[in-house]
Amino acid sequence: MISGLRLLEAESMEIFREAIVSARRPVLMYSIGKDSSVMLHLAKKAFFPAKPPLPLLHVDTTWKFREMYAHRARVAAESGMELIVHTNSAALGAGINPFTHGSSYYTDVMKTEALKQVLDERQFDVVFGGARRDEEKSRAKERIFSFRSAGHRWDPKAQRPELWNLYNTHIKPGESIRVYPLSNWTEFDVWQYIKQEVIPVVPLYFAKLRPVVVRDGGWIMVDDDRLPLLPGEKPQMQSVRFRTLGCYPLSGAIESVATTLDALIDETLASQFSERQGRRIDTDKPGSMEKKKQDGYF
Amino acid sequence: MGGTGITESVQSTSMDIDAATLRFITCGSVDDGKSTLIGRLLHESRSIFADQLSALETDSKQYGTQGERIDFALLVDGLQAEREQGITIDVAYRFFSTDRRKFIVADTPGHEQYTRNMATGASTAELAILLVDARKGLLTQTRRHSRIVAMMGIRHVVLAINKMDMVHFDAAVFKSIESQYREFCVGLNFSTLIAIPLSALEGDNVYVRSSNTPWYPGPTLIDYLNSIDTAADDPTENAATSLRLPVQYINRPHQDFRGVCGRIAAGVVKVGEKVCILPSGVCTTVKEIFVGELESAMRSAGESVTLTFADDVDVGRGDVIASAEFPAEVADQFGARLLWLAAHPMIPGRPYWLKLHCKEVTATITEIKYCEDVDTGTRQVAKTLALNEIAMVNISMSQPVVFEPYSRNRTLGGFILIDKLTSATVGAGMLEFALRRASNIQWQKLDINKQAREFIKQQNARCIWFTGLSGAGKSTIANLLEKQLHANGKHTYILDGDNVRHGLNRDLGFTEADRVENIRRVGEVAKLMVDAGLIVLVSFISPFAAERQLARGLFSDGEFLEVFVDSPIEECERRDAKGLYAKARRGELKNFTGIDSLYQPPTEPDIHLFTSDMSAEACAKFIMDRLG
Ligand SMILES: Nc1nc2c(ncn2[C@@H]2O[C@H](COP(=O)(O)OP(=O)(O)O)[C@@H](O)[C@H]2O)c(=O)[nH]1
Repeated sequence: MISGLRLLEAESMEIFREAIVSARRPVLMYSIGKDSSVMLHLAKKAFFPAKPPLPLLHVDTTWKFREMYAHRARVAAESGMELIVHTNSAALGAGINPFTHGSSYYTDVMKTEALKQVLDERQFDVVFGGARRDEEKSRAKERIFSFRSAGHRWDPKAQRPELWNLYNTHIKPGESIRVYPLSNWTEFDVWQYIKQEVIPVVPLYFAKLRPVVVRDGGWIMVDDDRLPLLPGEKPQMQSVRFRTLGCYPLSGAIESVATTLDALIDETLASQFSERQGRRIDTDKPGSMEKKKQDGYF
Repeated sequence: MGGTGITESVQSTSMDIDAATLRFITCGSVDDGKSTLIGRLLHESRSIFADQLSALETDSKQYGTQGERIDFALLVDGLQAEREQGITIDVAYRFFSTDRRKFIVADTPGHEQYTRNMATGASTAELAILLVDARKGLLTQTRRHSRIVAMMGIRHVVLAINKMDMVHFDAAVFKSIESQYREFCVGLNFSTLIAIPLSALEGDNVYVRSSNTPWYPGPTLIDYLNSIDTAADDPTENAATSLRLPVQYINRPHQDFRGVCGRIAAGVVKVGEKVCILPSGVCTTVKEIFVGELESAMRSAGESVTLTFADDVDVGRGDVIASAEFPAEVADQFGARLLWLAAHPMIPGRPYWLKLHCKEVTATITEIKYCEDVDTGTRQVAKTLALNEIAMVNISMSQPVVFEPYSRNRTLGGFILIDKLTSATVGAGMLEFALRRASNIQWQKLDINKQAREFIKQQNARCIWFTGLSGAGKSTIANLLEKQLHANGKHTYILDGDNVRHGLNRDLGFTEADRVENIRRVGEVAKLMVDAGLIVLVSFISPFAAERQLARGLFSDGEFLEVFVDSPIEECERRDAKGLYAKARRGELKNFTGIDSLYQPPTEPDIHLFTSDMSAEACAKFIMDRLG
């Protein structure tokens, strides 16, 4: 039997094919980060020589790093797949932003709500996501084929038992499935695979001198002039990188000199902090991720 | 502030990226210490990050059972509901690694009502850690879990005798539990079994050899997990194992490429090798093998591949590509072991969806041979199967499937049952043997159409249309014919003037327009029934040639038989069983056929019966013979 990355790759390809067979309107959640990049790479492998038979979906808060937008454009062009970009434009018009409204409310409106809007509008029934079980406690309990009721709610107690690699893909009217091909991958696996397969990722993952300010004990990058500087705040150049990428005002950078994949992998292994450490939404209160998922967050 | 906290350089990057991953399951009764043990393994392998640890400290104060100490169990009891109730309610997957190996742990709850989750966790595991509380010894749950573990095909077991600190690390306690367990598990077919004395809470013999157990010569838990070779006796690993590749997906980007995609379940596939496609049995040669865009000459068990063949053969999802020399078996009736996962009981005879590798068919349990008491292993008779019950059953499928016994191959022998109404996964099963080989290997792919319905009823659907005057004997003959057909196992239905006029055609009278509409509706109903695969006997006066012609037009050639029940009107009027002729003569019935309404006799009926010369029985037999 094969093992390690080869096994993970084979399983993920199997999951892709199985989900596509039962899908009427599949879509791949493309968030531009490393997990999405690996997921897209696996989709290409599963369906080669055909193009992956589904569009890419980016739920855009408009607050991503500039380098992320550039990467998104490159990837969409190179893959030849349709890219759907959706923004909660009503909320955007109402001036919702990560500063005045708090990270939790902002995330709810610009990410969770926005995602539900586009899923409903386009009637997607099979939605691929790059979540991994090693990321967070409630994710560790989620199935690979995870069902959502009509309101996109996740009911952790009513999950279908998932035996062997036999996925029950029967979708009831109004239901949809979130499919997580990277469920059994770890952060370490993802980087090892990116290295092995030479998958392009956003340069923000690598250390570089970047303009940053200190906020709430973390480094926040001044990516454009929309970031309101607080009294006394003055951008300084620091060698930093990001372990996860999201909205730049909410993504904490870490000090690092890792400019190569090998250095980055060593750092990941040695780190005493989880990759979600820089994210604000998980630490609000115990069980906050579980609550978000029940409400329809990815 | 925001530092990565690099404390030492780690050599683990040198760990082989294809190093064997070990997937194991932990099980035991509530409070035996599973969560504590997993928390300990994660902690010692430095898989718990500093920020998680600080969240854990917060949680420990709020929900913990260890006072000021960190409660490792909270690390793995992921869901809010679980933390509040202090129980584990679902399968959770955990990840950690050593410099030797990566591990994926399925953490499953001990509560009886969640046994199905344990089976879920066990289905993908190669090894099981069974926890026993040293103070309590073997419990019903321990035995139940052992049986489930064995049933799911796990062959490697670690008996973790935990909470040794609570029994003063007494060797006698350990040895007694170990020997009881060894006695119990004879016949469960484990290929390795080791007992290890532990304290998950204090860490004894988890990562570090304990000074409290000088009497124990064996390895620590982590040393054992690092070194065990579960592949050694895995039948799918055997080099001599023949190729099995269930077809998952057909990739057809353009006319010139037809890729057959799937994951190799056993053996190896090689370019140039002769393979056969089951169940059809058609053979061909492997032309190319792809993983993504990478082409190679050979790929082995576990890999997801795309194949092309030398010939343009018919192959679809649910077929199995097998070695031509040693093809797999094909059958439609099996002896299987079934674990019921749903609150609603399993009822024999009820149709479920059955999913086996990439094949989905309709299946029914035809018989429960016996139910197995998971606590004692004894056999009991049962009529239905309730949640968490395990039984040996006979199962019948709507079409033949390609399979291997579960003990030889999990992928080709493991199946799930899906409720057709709720779509819930209600059962998990393991095929053990075929009850009989499918006689017809060259199976046609059937859509559910008239042919399929006729086939399952073993008959040719027909519309037999009886026409003739009132009292001519249509209904009598039709009834006799139906009895005979029924006795021969045919599926029939009679539509006659009376039963239809009381319901469907209640709104119609006997004017010419109504008579036409009457026949039109009856023709349509008969057509639906023929489409359902039935032999329909229509017994209507149907006086007008045009409407009978219309009815005939609804059916394909040979499907519609017009039977003219020919009796002279004098004869009918003399019989007058229902007294209708008399009424009509008295003018109490208007538009009565033969009296004041026209009857147009068929000029070329398919069967012409002269009732003056033949008894009703003889007429029925005559039609029977014509039907063949
Ligand atoms: N003394 C002692 N207590 C333990 C040990 N392992 C677990 N416990 C305690 O037993 C209780 C139940 O443990 P937990 O891990 O939640 O059990 P689970 O239900 O099997 O997951 C907790 O209070 C643990 O702290 C052990 O080795 N020694």
